[in-house]
Amino acid sequence: MSDSATTDDVLLRMEGIHKSFPGVLALNNVKFDVRKGEVHALLGENGAGKSTLMKILAGVYTKDSGTITFEGKSVESSSPREAQKMGIGIIHQELNMMQHLTAAQNIFIGREPRMWGGTVLDEKTMNTETKKLFDQIKIDLDPRVRVMDLVVAKQQMIEIVKALSHNSQLLIMDEPTAALNDKEIEELFRIIRQLKATGVAIVYISHRMDEIKKISDRVTVMRDGTYIDTVRAADVELETIINMMVGRKLDEMVRPDAKIASDEILLEVKNLNRGRAIKNVNFQVRKGEILGFAGLMGAGRTEVARAVFGADPFETGEIFVNGKKVSIKQPQDAVSHGIGYLSEDRKRFGLAVGMDVQTNVVLASLSRFCNWAGMIKSKDIGKTGEQFVDSLSIKTPSLSQTVKFLSGGNQQKVIIAKWLVRDSEVLIFDEPTRGIDVGAKFEIYKLLNRLVEDGKTIILISSELPEVVRLCHRVLVMCEGRMTGELSGSEITQENIMRLATTRETIST
Amino acid sequence: MSQTPNPLAIKKPVTYGANATQKLLAFASLVSMLVIFSLSSPNFLQTENIIAIMLSTAVAGVLGIGVTFVIITSGIDLSIGTVMTFCAIMAGVVITYMGLPVWLGVLAALAFGAFVGFLNGTLIAKLKIPPFIATLGMMLVAKGLSLVISGTKPIYFNDTEVYNLISMGSIFDLSAFVPNLAIPNAVLIFFGVALISGFILNKTALGRYTFALGSNEEAVRLSGVNVDRWKIGIYTLAGAIVGVAGILISSRLNSAQPALGQGYELDAIAAAVIGGVSLAGGEGTILGTVIGAFIMSVLINGLRILSVPQEWQITVTGLIVIFAVYADILRRRK
Repeated sequence: MSDSATTDDVLLRMEGIHKSFPGVLALNNVKFDVRKGEVHALLGENGAGKSTLMKILAGVYTKDSGTITFEGKSVESSSPREAQKMGIGIIHQELNMMQHLTAAQNIFIGREPRMWGGTVLDEKTMNTETKKLFDQIKIDLDPRVRVMDLVVAKQQMIEIVKALSHNSQLLIMDEPTAALNDKEIEELFRIIRQLKATGVAIVYISHRMDEIKKISDRVTVMRDGTYIDTVRAADVELETIINMMVGRKLDEMVRPDAKIASDEILLEVKNLNRGRAIKNVNFQVRKGEILGFAGLMGAGRTEVARAVFGADPFETGEIFVNGKKVSIKQPQDAVSHGIGYLSEDRKRFGLAVGMDVQTNVVLASLSRFCNWAGMIKSKDIGKTGEQFVDSLSIKTPSLSQTVKFLSGGNQQKVIIAKWLVRDSEVLIFDEPTRGIDVGAKFEIYKLLNRLVEDGKTIILISSELPEVVRLCHRVLVMCEGRMTGELSGSEITQENIMRLATTRETIST
Repeated sequence: MSQTPNPLAIKKPVTYGANATQKLLAFASLVSMLVIFSLSSPNFLQTENIIAIMLSTAVAGVLGIGVTFVIITSGIDLSIGTVMTFCAIMAGVVITYMGLPVWLGVLAALAFGAFVGFLNGTLIAKLKIPPFIATLGMMLVAKGLSLVISGTKPIYFNDTEVYNLISMGSIFDLSAFVPNLAIPNAVLIFFGVALISGFILNKTALGRYTFALGSNEEAVRLSGVNVDRWKIGIYTLAGAIVGVAGILISSRLNSAQPALGQGYELDAIAAAVIGGVSLAGGEGTILGTVIGAFIMSVLINGLRILSVPQEWQITVTGLIVIFAVYADILRRRK
């Protein structure tokens, strides 16, 4: 089934690529090739190594070993600028533009046409040149429009035109359709086909299975930092690709904890809506269960969690705690109803990284550790700190160690301790193991199981499917802001989750 | 032209920095203030008073124009007030102490202003010191040096009458036709600085990168632009404009006062903010800042004519600044 390029139409060849980051082998002997004028899809789960591979190609990272040849020449690109010069352009998922400037000004930044002996910018020439570029790929846009006044799809087109104006032979598109609606995706595909016809090759990274067969010629699958296979898109079933991405063996992993949660409904959310991010979401959380929220990046899981926690507003929706309707407008409302939220970005939202362990542990409930005059009772803080360092086995030299110097796993435990001190009943974990090494992950898993045994309730948002399969009693799957299904017991498999996570809405209008 | 209809394209040619709402709001406030004060007191709409307003706007206005460049890059410059004094002192040193020609003194003021701006830019771009801190430090350095160099005493320009004429003379004297209508040179210089700055901001690469840096510095860097060099250039230009303000104020007072200056930076920043220059960067116009500077001085002048005590004038100015920033936040939220 393998279909590696061998002939001289090869534009890019990467072989034996290794890359490691402290504690992680991100890429292990990966190969990848692209032919002229083809659309080559690069697939894999979150963390499979796709982005790392592409960032090496675009000069953002440097490889540890391996060879890259581009247009027959060996490449040692060390900066995005050099990669650009060679003809490799990248359209990042998070567009990187100057919002206050016009389309033309963005495209020509750093090489503006000048007049009057180079003293004055020649806006007119710049706009005409931009218009020509737009016409080449048939985009109807005014070069003089400010980027901030455009929808994301149009901004993305400007990024594409900018890359092309540097004579790019290879264009890397990282999740280009993540923020687009169906009509915009069609327009993007039209542009991609047009580029193809002019000989430009495209590496297409996407999580959306339905797009892959539609747009790509070949597919390369990666998993856990290794190369799995390259196949012709026309020859292969989606099911096969998903199996390649997930790896069949992982099916056999059994949940260690088969205990069934109670029927008591602790938290219920009805008809939650916010624009395109959250569309009519309903769910119940039972006391003592681990409820998984699965889905691809941008599916709306974090958005739902933040809305329930009061961190973001929502348009419509009702929240019930213990059967009673509650009003949650701000995080403090959620906290007072016993809901705690552990953000995926621990350093920014979860911890006061410059403060010590014991202070962080009591930070959310400081008033309880103050006397009538508002003075802090340090002895009580020390006692509580010690108690949680012991019970959660937080590895720290002392209670007064600055949290910044703890490992990721131990930082996560400090946050958990913080919410336990605050008497939270429901703990929402958003990607609790992101950036944590394997050993520490297992400790966090054990801790999650122990928390539910102690009667706590957990909502687990995770992009790592094995984690979801292993830990959760029930799993809710989201796609594009909607709930696309609920799985429980033996239905919880990576394949089922993947299928539901890519069930896109068919637009009937 | 494309054949595919594209309903998503917004066909609105926008001149950038067009911060229409805020500018309109500022302009409307200025006009309504003029109307209200004219109706409230017959002394307000007099040629002499209007000229007094323009004269008192000139210095803060020029400083405001300088800091406009910096604020659009999403930076800030707190040193402009005391650096203005420092430039005035250096002009005094050259002209009065050293007895050199006036034009050399003027050049010295501009050069020292540009040099301090260059230092600010280098601290910020190369050493990565946050603009607030770098220029706060520079504010004190300039203040201290002014006192040291002058020996804490004012330097007078009594021997060179021509220096006083830079601000107070009038090459645009219409008093033969309209009584008292002699627009002081300081005002003309202020307008001249505004015109040149507007040109630089909108037509040259330096201006383009001023907006680009304030909009998304990382994107500019990734586009292969030498960000540090342009940033230093912008601060240097702002410094040179501060030098102009130094000449204007010392020539108007016919002396360089070493203790003067602190506080002017806040008036200048307030003028820019009232005129719609966004502290978040990426947005702002010279015209906006000029209008903002006029709003401040018309307000003070009008309240004085209505015999409002000075302490209340200050209070009202503060409230206006808070209101202007809140209007900016409301607009941004849209």
